[in-house]
Amino acid sequence: MTQLLYLICGGLLLSSVMVLWRRELSAIVRLLVVQGVLLGALALVLAGRLDSVELVVVAIGVVALKAVLVPRILRRVLRDGNEARETEPLVNVTASIVAAAFLILLAYAASRPLVRLSPSAETQAVPVGLAMVLLGFFVLVTRRRALSQIVGFLLLDNGIAATAFLITGGVPGIVELAVSLDVLLVVLVLQVLTARLRTTFGGTDIDELRELHD
Amino acid sequence: MTGTPALLLTLAPIVAPIAAAAAAYLMGWRRPVAIATVAAAAIVLIAGAWSATWTADGGEVAAGNWLRIDALSGVMLIVIGAVGVVATWAGIGYLDDELATGHTDVEGARRYGVLVPLFLAAMVVAVLANNLGLLWAAVEGTTIVTAFLVGHRRSRRSVEASWKYVIICSVGIALAYLGTVLVNYAAEHAGVEGSLDWTQLVAHASELDPGVMRLAFALLVVGFGTKAGLVPLHSWLPDAHSQAPAPVSALMSGVLLPVAVYALARYRVIAVAGIDPGFVRGLLLAVGLASLLLAAGLLLAQRDYKRLLAYSSIEHMALAVVGLAIGTPLAIAATLLHIVGHGLGKAVLFCSAGEILAREGTTRIDAVRGLFARTPVLAGLFGAGLVALLGLPPFSLFVSEIGLIRAMVGAGAWWVAAVVLLLLLVVFVAISGKAAGILLGDPPSRDPGVSAPAAGSSGVVGTVATVAGLRASTVVPLVGALVAVAVLGIVDWPLGQLLHAAGQIVGTR
Repeated sequence: MTQLLYLICGGLLLSSVMVLWRRELSAIVRLLVVQGVLLGALALVLAGRLDSVELVVVAIGVVALKAVLVPRILRRVLRDGNEARETEPLVNVTASIVAAAFLILLAYAASRPLVRLSPSAETQAVPVGLAMVLLGFFVLVTRRRALSQIVGFLLLDNGIAATAFLITGGVPGIVELAVSLDVLLVVLVLQVLTARLRTTFGGTDIDELRELHD
Repeated sequence: MTGTPALLLTLAPIVAPIAAAAAAYLMGWRRPVAIATVAAAAIVLIAGAWSATWTADGGEVAAGNWLRIDALSGVMLIVIGAVGVVATWAGIGYLDDELATGHTDVEGARRYGVLVPLFLAAMVVAVLANNLGLLWAAVEGTTIVTAFLVGHRRSRRSVEASWKYVIICSVGIALAYLGTVLVNYAAEHAGVEGSLDWTQLVAHASELDPGVMRLAFALLVVGFGTKAGLVPLHSWLPDAHSQAPAPVSALMSGVLLPVAVYALARYRVIAVAGIDPGFVRGLLLAVGLASLLLAAGLLLAQRDYKRLLAYSSIEHMALAVVGLAIGTPLAIAATLLHIVGHGLGKAVLFCSAGEILAREGTTRIDAVRGLFARTPVLAGLFGAGLVALLGLPPFSLFVSEIGLIRAMVGAGAWWVAAVVLLLLLVVFVAISGKAAGILLGDPPSRDPGVSAPAAGSSGVVGTVATVAGLRASTVVPLVGALVAVAVLGIVDWPLGQLLHAAGQIVGTR
C-alpha cells in the first residue's frame, strides 16, 4: 500500500513538472486530467488506509470535478479561441526545469516541520504537495496565455488538495464541498473573463493587459 | 443566547440579502427591488446592533457549531450593515444614471442587483462562521460574486482589472486555504475536537505544534493579506477599486478588506498562544509597515483620484494590521473603531467620487479643478469625507488613530509609533495637497487637456446634462454616514462597550 501511495505521489509531481515542459495547450489540459485521476486515486488509497467511507465519496467527487468537469470547461475555452500553443513563455523550458528542481528542494525544506510532527508514511510524502503548489505558482507567473494562468491556479489548487489528503486525510466534508464548489465557480468565472479578454483585447495574451498603471 | 432565537438572529442577516438577490433575479432591477436591497443591508445592521445586547458584556449568540456572533462578529456585522446601507442606497441613483446614459442595459442592471446583495451575504457568512473552513470559503465566495461587478462596464480597462482581481485574489486565498489545512493538521494532532472550530482552537491554542503553526500563520498572513490589499500581492486593489462601480468600490474598500483583516485577527489569537509572540508580531508588522510605506509613496505620486482612494484603503488596512500586530485589547478596540470609521468614510468618498466622475468625465486629479465653486454640495461631501479619512477631529478616525498610537507606546513599540506617525504625515501632505486642487483650484477652462470633457464631444455633453442634479437618494445616505462617523468620534456610547468586549476576545497582553 505504501508503495502504491508513493507511486501516486510520484505521478502527481511528474504531471506538474510535465506542464512546464509541454507547450501544446491541449496536452496541458490532458495532464490536468491525469492529475485529477491521480488525486482521486490518492484519496481512494487513503480511504483504504484510514478505513474511511467519507474519503471514498470525496475520491469520486475529486475525479468528477478535477478530471471531468474542469477539463471540459478548459477545452471549451480552447475551442472558442484559436490559440493552440503557449507563445514564448517568459522562461524557456530548460530554465523552467532547473527552477522546478529548485522549487522541489524548497518544498522539502519547508515541509520539514510538517513531517516532524507525525512522521508517518503519508506525511513523508507531503513535500510533493507543497512542490505542486510552488510549481503551480511558477506556471502562473511565467506563462502568458490566459488559459495557462488558469492551469497554474488549478495546479496550485491540486497541490493544496494533495497536501490536505496527505496530512489529515482531507478537511471536514462540508468544508471540502464548499472548497470544491468555489474552485468550480472560479474556473467558470475565469472562462467568461477569458471570452471577454478575447473580445476586448483580440486575444488572451496577458502581456497586453497594461492599460491600468500608476 | 442559544436555541431558536439565536438561530433566527444569526440566519436573518444571511437570508435577507439572499432574498433581495432572488427578488432582483426574478423581477429585474426595479425600485421595490432596490429598496429591498437597502432593507436587507439594514437588517444586517440591526442584527449586529441587536446581538450587542448579548455580546457587549462578553456573551455570545450561538447557533450550533457553524454560526456564532460574539462581540467581534457583532462589530463586523455593524460595519457590513452600515456601509451596506450607504452603498446600496446611494447605488440606486448610480444605477439609474448608468441606465440613463446607456453605460449598462437591463440585463447588466439585473446582474448588479443580484450580485451586490450576494456579496453582502457572503461577507456576513464570513464574519458569522465559527468554522475556519467556512470562513475561508465565504471569503473566496466574495471574489466570485464581485468578479463580474468589477467588470460591470466591460471596457478594456474593467476587463483587465477583473482578470487581475480574480487571478491574484484566488491565488492569495488559495495560500490561505493551505494555511487553514495546516491549522487543521496541527489541531487534529493535538486532539482538538472539531478541528477547525475557532472556539475549540482558541481553547487549545497552546497545544498546537509551533513548527506547523508558524508555517500556517505565514501562509494565512500572505493569503488573507492579499484579500486585504496588503503587500506583496496588493497590485489588484487599485485596478479593481478604480474600475468597479462606485457603490461596489465602497463595499469592497469599506467592508471586504476589513473582513480579511478580521480573519487575521481570529487567527492571530490562536497563533500567539502556540508560537513565540515575537514571530507573530514581527510578521504582521513587516506586512503592515511595508504596505503603509508603499501606500504613502504611491499616494504622493498619484494622478488619478479613484486610485488615490484605493491607495488610501491600503494605507488604512495597513494601519489596522499594525494594530493587530500590537494586539493588546486597546489596540484591537482602536483597530475596530478605525475599521468602522474608515468603512463609512470610504463609502462617502467612493460614492461622491462616482458622482464627480459622472459630471466631469475624467478621473484625473489635474483635470478636476474648483469643484466647490460649481457643485458645492458634492464638493462638500467629498471634502468632508477626506477630512474624516485624514484623521482630523471631530471624526472617529482621529480618536482611533490616537488610540492606536497610545496602544503602540503602551506596548513599548516606540519605534513603530514613530514610523507610523511619520508615514501618516506623508499621507496627510499627499492627500490634502491633491484635495485642495480638486476642491478649490482654478477652474479648468484654460486646460483643454486630453481627458477633460471636450465641449464638442456630444456623448460627453449628454452625460453631463442628464446627471446635473444631485439626488436626495445619494445625498441623504452620505450625509448620514458622515454624521455617524462624527458622532462616533465625539461620544463613546453607541459602540464603546462592544469594541472593548471585542478587544478582550482577540486581544492579548
